Amino acid sequence: MNITVTVNGERHEADIWPGESLLFALRERMGLPGSKNACEQGECGSCSVLLDGRLVCACLVLAAQADGHEVVTVEGVAGDGDLHPVQDAFVQAGAVQCGFCTPGLVVATVDLLRHTPQPSDDEIREALSGNLCRCTGYAKIFDAVRLAAGGELAPR
Amino acid sequence: MSSAPTRKLELGRIGEAVKRVDGIPKVTGEFAYSSDLVAAGMLWGHTVRSPHAHARIVSIDLSKAVGMAGVHAVLTHEDVPGDKRYGLEFADQPVLAFDRVRYFGEPVALVAAEHPEQARRAAEAVEVEYEPLELVVDPERAADQPGIHPQRWTEGHGYRDDPRPNVVRDMRIVRGDPDAEGEVSVEGYYESGLQDQAFLGPESGLAVPDGEGGIDIYVATQWLHVDRDQVAPCLGLPKDQVRIHLAGVGGAFGGREDLSMQIHGAMLALHTSRPVKMVYTREESFFGHVHRHPSRIWAEHRANRDGKLVTVRMRILLDGGAYASSSTAVTSNAAAFAVGPYAVENALIESTSVYTNNPPCGAMRGFGAVQSCFAAEAQMDKLAAALGMDPVELRLRNALAPGDELPTGQKLTGSLPVAEVIRRAAAIPVPEPEELPRDSLRLPGGAGNTTRGEGVRRGVGFALAFKNIGYSEGFDDYAAARVRLFADSGGELVAEVHCAAAEVGQGVTNVILQTARTELDLENVVLAPGSTAEVGSSGSTSASRMTWMAAGAVQAASRAVRDELERRGGKLSEGEEIDLERIYRHPRTFPLEPQTGQVTDGRAHVALACAAMRAVVEVDVELGLTRVVWIGTAQDVGKAINPQAVHGQIEGGTAQGIGLALMEEIQTRDGLITNASFTDYLIPTALDMPPVDAELVEDPEPDAPYGVKGVGEPPTVVSTAAVMSAMRDATGRELNRVPVRPDDICL
Repeated sequence: MNITVTVNGERHEADIWPGESLLFALRERMGLPGSKNACEQGECGSCSVLLDGRLVCACLVLAAQADGHEVVTVEGVAGDGDLHPVQDAFVQAGAVQCGFCTPGLVVATVDLLRHTPQPSDDEIREALSGNLCRCTGYAKIFDAVRLAAGGELAPR
Repeated sequence: MSSAPTRKLELGRIGEAVKRVDGIPKVTGEFAYSSDLVAAGMLWGHTVRSPHAHARIVSIDLSKAVGMAGVHAVLTHEDVPGDKRYGLEFADQPVLAFDRVRYFGEPVALVAAEHPEQARRAAEAVEVEYEPLELVVDPERAADQPGIHPQRWTEGHGYRDDPRPNVVRDMRIVRGDPDAEGEVSVEGYYESGLQDQAFLGPESGLAVPDGEGGIDIYVATQWLHVDRDQVAPCLGLPKDQVRIHLAGVGGAFGGREDLSMQIHGAMLALHTSRPVKMVYTREESFFGHVHRHPSRIWAEHRANRDGKLVTVRMRILLDGGAYASSSTAVTSNAAAFAVGPYAVENALIESTSVYTNNPPCGAMRGFGAVQSCFAAEAQMDKLAAALGMDPVELRLRNALAPGDELPTGQKLTGSLPVAEVIRRAAAIPVPEPEELPRDSLRLPGGAGNTTRGEGVRRGVGFALAFKNIGYSEGFDDYAAARVRLFADSGGELVAEVHCAAAEVGQGVTNVILQTARTELDLENVVLAPGSTAEVGSSGSTSASRMTWMAAGAVQAASRAVRDELERRGGKLSEGEEIDLERIYRHPRTFPLEPQTGQVTDGRAHVALACAAMRAVVEVDVELGLTRVVWIGTAQDVGKAINPQAVHGQIEGGTAQGIGLALMEEIQTRDGLITNASFTDYLIPTALDMPPVDAELVEDPEPDAPYGVKGVGEPPTVVSTAAVMSAMRDATGRELNRVPVRPDDICL
């Protein structure tokens, strides 16, 4: 079947098998592999994207369901800019190691700060609890969120 | 939010807290991981896996699968072009199972198809008839049951050969008089479960035939050259026709030391003459790599009233699962670090690994030291209680000091600031208990809102650990690097570094660039993609060795290039270049004497690193729920090449140790994994991790470039023990098993 999805402001058409997830269509049919495939069952958040502005796991959405809708992936969060401030904060804070969780965490953090520009530590932890990271122990991810929210990095 | 940033990063030298070179492509989604690769005409590979833990293969019928839509190849062991077996240290593992399967999920057949769903369906259509065989799943009975391998793969390799069936390695360290009595004695029995590396990037890669019979394999791995050396013989190809290239690695932690899809993808690609991509699902990933050895440990510690250890006796049993992988080295490591960084004159350490039909085990961060540290530190707490002595004081009183000897007889010659890490960790202020009422997120049970504080008990624990850096026991441990210096079109000097060191997330890319910039006194340095075709082996990203070894190799190659540049008058004209490769070796190590485990010459381990940690937990003893409140740690890091990255390793390594203490365990029933998903195999989330106050103790290692030490493993080794110490303090229970289960801590 054919679908048309607006991804990061661009119209993408794809001929898909109906069982394909939005994640598969993004990665394998639309040339956008930034969203990651760590569990493909909605447990890890590595495929987090915005679907019509709502944070979803792209692995749990059928590509067919996204037909006619708008998707923003990690490749699109910066818009016309070079880096979104959340992306820059992740680099500055040392929140990236292997980086496989990073695209999902960037999208989830963009979503968090849109709704809660000055999150408390508990709000950060709860908002990101659906995004697994195996490398960092999360401390520098929390630093990155605070930095992106206008805070400063703790001296070290 | 801050104003729109730019992409430029400052590029640092040794000791500067620089940002990751790969940070920007990783935050934008541009970084190409092994599962992101595509090629024109690409097919998808899929693996048919055994549903049995131990069974004879009666027949394999491919007839239904081969005719299915989109299917281009269905292969079995009969299609393996070369050697039928491979292995990291012993070639005991079939490329595809023949005559029998030895573990649940073992590869039996391969499919290549145009769409991954076609490949999956064809794999389901492969009909394999099995006849179940007697299961060997209890490691304590394994040596009395029929051997699951007819051949004795690990015999005759210089170990203490043990004729019993299913024994992989049986080693002893005998020191002084192991029967020497102390005034006080404590005994204990300890168990640890089957932990998974749970790296987020699943096993994956792309195999591309070169049209001339050779193959290029782009894969996430920890050691490109050892992959090539295993892949080539199984494909029946000379090594130079098998080129392994490092694709982006989504975490490793030991789980990518062994092969996963490399040979399989290459077989399908060579058979179909088309590129083949394989990407494991999360469920498949639990079958796709080796795990941390489950352990059973019996320990007795004897000491005098003043707290000085007299004798340590330990028996360690490790379940190696179906294939050897690195079990022999894990067995040795578990023994070598069994006592902990303490001086003791008398010891008997017996360490045995066995084959079973459980999931295969091999390398995982900490590599044998994790299991014995958990037991040894529990024993030290028990001893402190028996002596009525402060546990920190007991550890200080026994701390190894320069010139002391390890139970192997190895004399401490390098850096190992044991007393200092104890003092520094113990001096970090422990946070006061937070008052009630408080948000349920900051109580055991978290968002489950299961308590307002009733039934919650606080505990504070302490632990100490050490581990080797680099390969040991006589292994020829080396790393190569190549530096190509040339003048660009503007006449500016540019250095291109080639090094096969696998960047798995730990930041070795930065180490390589910082080293080259420092040694060449040049900002314009780039790192070429890692490939077996361009440079010699760097050895594995494991054993906390890559920072040291890569820095040594790049330093040597950079200095050679610098010297040559000076010889040419300090300038290169356009088109002129200097291209030199150098190999770095750390000081030689020697094997242990097989019967006594004593050093035969010099040292068995080139260097050691230690860490001390205090943990605070709160336990809801009515529901069996735990919250780790805070971690304070001091770690011996030699010299921090990049302090931000070192802190990241400590925080991340601590998370994995907390995971083993509280939640992470692959569950098996008769060898069958029952929780192969992130729904059922739990790793710490953002809500589970406490703040980690880490202090870096810089005591340069005299034999290492810039005084560096690896930093990845000590936090994982010490944190399981530290958290369990706190759990015992909170509950008053002995808690001799990790991960702890709710009913262990319900009072």
